[in-house]
Amino acid sequence: MNEPVRRLSIVVLTLVLMLMMSASFIQVINASDLNQDPRNVRTLYRQYGNFRGPFVVDGESIVWSAPVDDPYNYQRTYADGALYAPATGFYSIVYGRTALEQTENELLNGTADSLFWTRLGNLFAGEQQQGASIELTLKASMQRVATEQLGDQRGAVVALDPRTGQILAMVTSPSYDPALLAGHDTAEVNANYQELLNREDGPLINRAIAGDTYPPGSTFKLIDAAAALEAGYDADTELYAPQELDLPGTSRTIGNYGGAACSSNDSMTLADALRISCNTAFADLGMDLQWSVVQRKAEDFGWTDGITVPLTVTKSRLPENPNEAQTAMSALGQYDVRATPLQMAMVAAGIANDGVLMKPYLVDTVRASDLTVVDVTSPEIYKEAMTRSDANTLTEMMVGVVDNGTGTAARINGVEVAGKTGTAETGQDTSPHAWFVSFAPADDPVVALAVIVENGGSVGDEATGGAVAAPIAKAVMEEAIRLEREGDL
Amino acid sequence: MATVSEISVRAGRRSELALMGMAWVIIVLARALVDYNAAYLELDAIAFYGLGAAVLMIAAHFVLDRVAPNADPVMLPAVFTLNGVGIAEIHRIDLAEGTGFATAQITWAALGVATMIAVLLLLRDHRKLRRYTYTAGVVGLILYMLPLVPGLGITINGARIWISALGYSMQPGEFAKIALVVFFAGYLVTNRDTLALAGPKFLGLRFPRPRDMGPLLLVWAAAMLIMVYERDLGASLLFFGIFLGMLYVATQRLSWVLTGMGLFAVGGTMAALTIPHVRSRFDAWLHALDADTYSSGTSEQLVRGLFGMASGGLFGTGLGEGRPDLVPYAESDFIIASLGEELGLTGLMAILTLYLIIVQRAFRASIGVRDGFGKLLASGLGFAMAIQVFIVVGGVTRVIPLTGLTAPFLAYGGSSLLANWIVIALLLRVSDMARRPSEEVA
Repeated sequence: MNEPVRRLSIVVLTLVLMLMMSASFIQVINASDLNQDPRNVRTLYRQYGNFRGPFVVDGESIVWSAPVDDPYNYQRTYADGALYAPATGFYSIVYGRTALEQTENELLNGTADSLFWTRLGNLFAGEQQQGASIELTLKASMQRVATEQLGDQRGAVVALDPRTGQILAMVTSPSYDPALLAGHDTAEVNANYQELLNREDGPLINRAIAGDTYPPGSTFKLIDAAAALEAGYDADTELYAPQELDLPGTSRTIGNYGGAACSSNDSMTLADALRISCNTAFADLGMDLQWSVVQRKAEDFGWTDGITVPLTVTKSRLPENPNEAQTAMSALGQYDVRATPLQMAMVAAGIANDGVLMKPYLVDTVRASDLTVVDVTSPEIYKEAMTRSDANTLTEMMVGVVDNGTGTAARINGVEVAGKTGTAETGQDTSPHAWFVSFAPADDPVVALAVIVENGGSVGDEATGGAVAAPIAKAVMEEAIRLEREGDL
Repeated sequence: MATVSEISVRAGRRSELALMGMAWVIIVLARALVDYNAAYLELDAIAFYGLGAAVLMIAAHFVLDRVAPNADPVMLPAVFTLNGVGIAEIHRIDLAEGTGFATAQITWAALGVATMIAVLLLLRDHRKLRRYTYTAGVVGLILYMLPLVPGLGITINGARIWISALGYSMQPGEFAKIALVVFFAGYLVTNRDTLALAGPKFLGLRFPRPRDMGPLLLVWAAAMLIMVYERDLGASLLFFGIFLGMLYVATQRLSWVLTGMGLFAVGGTMAALTIPHVRSRFDAWLHALDADTYSSGTSEQLVRGLFGMASGGLFGTGLGEGRPDLVPYAESDFIIASLGEELGLTGLMAILTLYLIIVQRAFRASIGVRDGFGKLLASGLGFAMAIQVFIVVGGVTRVIPLTGLTAPFLAYGGSSLLANWIVIALLLRVSDMARRPSEEVA
């Protein structure tokens, strides 16, 4: 009976080898897949088990990890959560991470390569791994002013420092409180999330950079004007500006706001056309210039480019090969032209900064847990959007809009403001979107911004950019100017 | 049985003592690491624990030296190591969950060692057991069927392999396993010649005569009953696997094994298709990571174990530094996953190797001993442990569907621990005979 026992021992050996192979498969070969499985709470616990770095605005933590006595060790805590939600996003044990909580995750949880020496230090000191803190470019007071101004209207405000590209304010309305999703009670988080998700006004959507893109309407005339200046026009070039303009190849015509005539002799200067936002003049200008010229200028301001700030910004769109009629409509920021509020703020910033468009960014400084600086974002030129002289000409034209054009509601005492209104048609049955794009002070800009109020906000059908959006822009610009005077910008 | 190979070995009691020393260091260090990493190190508690372990180990060694001086020197240190590592991990889970399993397990381990000593003292010659062949058979069957008695049997985690009485619960199958090995050994050593007779030839293999198929069919039927009524694939597979292995050793006929495996495959497939509990185990095994299977809870337990093991990786998180408490039944059915997480693949390999050593030592005793009953007893007990490890670890690592069996010596559970210490006592007894210098053999 010895021979079968020997054979049996080979069988046993084979069985054990099979176990060893499958264990190796699970623990080594397949391990990273299993560790990254979203159902694997272990990874979450490990992240929560470490102190996750805070977000800082104006030197104060707005998001931090507070020690708690549960398996996660820390509770992500949001002060003024709704105010900063579009930037910070949420950090949920159920739904994962969004916005900066996601893009800056490795810095926040301390696993980023740039934190290697800090980790090593922690290791030797026997301390727990610590995440870095992220200082944002946002200004609390501007965020607050923009939020208050939007009130319960749907819309967005994006304000940039045109000199650096720093995003000073990024507000979307309505917003939500990330604390609702950061709790450790899964059922409660589920319920809160479903409620937010089912709300018809979409609080989880960041309208400023990643919502549905909007037709820019008349604010797109800034691009037409910039293209015209580059093509050799100047502020005083006379444009054809009839009361109604036939759309070639169709039986339809383009009119002006309220059907009014732009001028008595069907002709007006480029500057005046922009000042009163004459539709027929710009539609004709668009067809004269050819779409490809307008398109190139839009692209000079970053249109159709995907950027990250580091949040991913939805690409703004342009029509492909429009015919003449479509070109005319596109020149008015309708048809297939779409833009994010950030894109429109970038147009303002590019003009404001003498034609040099700086790359927008949200993260200013990253500090390790011992407060040593790990990384500082240095301003970067993104595009040379237009020449300095063209930019100055366009600035003067935009000052005209606010001084005695469609944008008078944005006037600020003692400060020259450059701006452009927009009232974008959205369809037969819905009210138009109200836009305002501006920067101030016009001669030495410290802030450039775009405001959109969806479907006319509380005014509805009667809304225009000048009436609804310009006052919001004014308040935000005033706050920026105040900060600049106090040296806080 | 005339094939006696002359094996001359040193008794090895001193090697055993040295190995025991190493095992002791591992046992105490494991416990100390758990305390240090998961709570705080209390030197008094560790010293007390170390002392207790030393007393048990020295007692076992001393008794072996007296009543089984030629017994295998490797087996006992390996078993102590497994038992100690198991206790350390159970203690670790206690710390995470606030349970008190470790204290009970330590008590059972001490009782287990005492039982082993008692068996060695009472049973001076394993051949005496042959007298109780049929008694053992009946006892084994009764023990296996006990959980089916209404009011006595209880269902835990879907399988009805537990009984509960007077506030205590136990898994009688663990003891039934021993009784059945004794029965099979006695039965097969008597009837092996008949069973080995040649029957019809098919596909180049000579199959047994149909009229000799009775016992195989009977055991198969019993295995199927266990699967159907206790709803446990593991217990059934273990029971039938032991029989097939021993049948093969007794008859040397591969055809028996193939016939048996064919029968079991048919029965297992039928069960998988018709019994919901068994079928869900199959589903969980085949589609563990699918969203449906996971979210319905079918494979959640298994997958959580996989997550644990994956987080351990090659070297583990370290004892007391993982999160084994995130896996249900981390201290019993899933202790392998817990150990895989905290000790890593390296630790798991070491544990599997310890099992392999114990089983191979059992086989070596089987080859060395001269009587057929002893050969069948030792190889049967060894093979039983091997299959059980395969079923348990294979279940956790997705080689086979998950079942309700527990890892010998590691998992929490008094019945399992006591039964396996008895197995070790019997194996030591046989190995003592096997390794006895030939002039002493009567």
